[in-house]
Amino acid sequence: MQPVLRWGRTLGYALTLPVVLVTLWWVWSADSTNYYAPPLQTILTTFGDVWFSERLRADVLPSVTRLLIGYTGAVVVGVGLGVLLGANRTLRRVTEPVLEFFRAIPPPALIPILFLFAGIGDTAKVIVIISGAVWPVLLNTVEGVRAVDDVLSDTSRSYGVTGLARLRHLVLPAASPQIVAGMRQALSISIILMVISEMFASTNGLGFSVIQFQRSFAIPEMWSGILLLGLLGFVLSLLFQLFERRTLRWYHGLRRSQLGEN
Amino acid sequence: MSATDVRPARAGAEPARRRRPELPSSVLGLVGLVAFAALLELLPRTGIVSAEYFPPFSEMVRALVEAAGTDRFWAATAETVQAWGIGLGIALVAGIGLGLLIGSVEVLRRFTASTIEFLRPVPSVALIPLAVLLLGLGLQSTLLLVVYASFWQILIQVIYGVQDVDPVARETARSYHLGRWARVRYLIWPTALPYVMTGVRLGAAVALILAVTAGLVGIGTGLGAEIALAQSSNAVPLVYGLVIFTGLLGVVVNLAARVLERRTLAWHSSVRADVGG
Repeated sequence: MQPVLRWGRTLGYALTLPVVLVTLWWVWSADSTNYYAPPLQTILTTFGDVWFSERLRADVLPSVTRLLIGYTGAVVVGVGLGVLLGANRTLRRVTEPVLEFFRAIPPPALIPILFLFAGIGDTAKVIVIISGAVWPVLLNTVEGVRAVDDVLSDTSRSYGVTGLARLRHLVLPAASPQIVAGMRQALSISIILMVISEMFASTNGLGFSVIQFQRSFAIPEMWSGILLLGLLGFVLSLLFQLFERRTLRWYHGLRRSQLGEN
Repeated sequence: MSATDVRPARAGAEPARRRRPELPSSVLGLVGLVAFAALLELLPRTGIVSAEYFPPFSEMVRALVEAAGTDRFWAATAETVQAWGIGLGIALVAGIGLGLLIGSVEVLRRFTASTIEFLRPVPSVALIPLAVLLLGLGLQSTLLLVVYASFWQILIQVIYGVQDVDPVARETARSYHLGRWARVRYLIWPTALPYVMTGVRLGAAVALILAVTAGLVGIGTGLGAEIALAQSSNAVPLVYGLVIFTGLLGVVVNLAARVLERRTLAWHSSVRADVGG
């Protein structure tokens, strides 16, 4: 098949359903008199007015900043501790039940506790995100480090690859598929915690704005906020997929060849 | 040392040293838990952290035990578990049903892929204000959040699972003229089952998170609402006690999901290898 045609078909498959759904929403809501479900056109106009204004700096930026700092913190702490625990058998077995317990706590339940400690400022919200998102990264890193191939491990040891070089060239690459899987879970937990911590107590941010809109019955504004949160989640997951494809290219290639596909 | 063992004696001593009797994992884990509890007790007692924000572990436990003596506590637990169970049930039925359908019909899969990829990462908590307006405060709103969060986890896994059907098995089923239902029952379902169980495990954890969160932000009842109430009335030890309890609930959910996974997949090689190794 010609490349152009193939691209066209892919694009067709990707766009048809979304276009149909949005059109249906548009038409169905066009002369909606339901106060809670305003016309899509109104929502979209409001979207521009609300978010491409002062709020971009005052609400969107603080939220996204807290999210990124918290998420990065969770990944750094999770991978760091995970490598440590994964490499030490006794330490791992001592800490395992405690870590499993922390992973099992629904992360938003930690918000009231952490706000007791750290107030309701930016630091507290970053800590909330770290403390909830760190567990999947940590436990997956432990698993990944533990499962490093024995032959590779012994080979690199006999070649005298130790210390940082061992970490850089053996442990981290071998554990990366697991680590990335943990990072994916951590990302969605981070977004949830960003929103919830702002809904719980805040003076700015996306979660705060959306709840304010709802409480003051600014319905189109509320819908536009929900759309924005949805878009944020979508864009971040897209960026993550790009990151994953780059980092794990070797791994997916290996899997394919093992499964005997081309 | 056997005749075929050509390693130098020094290297041979290494495994011998490793074979030193090791404490079983359960004992070591218990040591870890006790040490952690002791740490939680000592940090406030020694004044390293303020006991006002961080009461000693014994006080957290006492507050929890006291609460556990009231009907209110168990009613809240029942509400959380109910929202979790109903929500997860709906998500399972919808996720498995739609997943089997979308996964086995190529055209459907192509047309829905982009929409699923768009809707899946939408954070369920973004729906909170909408749920409050459309469904009011209560179980229905909580269920909307729980179902939305766990549905995508399950759906995606089922779709992956259905596509994983072994080509040879599929051709064989075709040559034996297996009917549509027989194919679903004996070919697609067993292939997809490991993926379904992964979806169940992930979905069960996420469902509990949302069931508690709904209470925390005040749209539902249950343990989350109790935590928020304890915090606003400044009952600090009780806040900790309740959080510990939701953690234990989470552990039970995770363990139950793992046991279920192991039971249903006892025949499957990934579990068999896991058990053997």
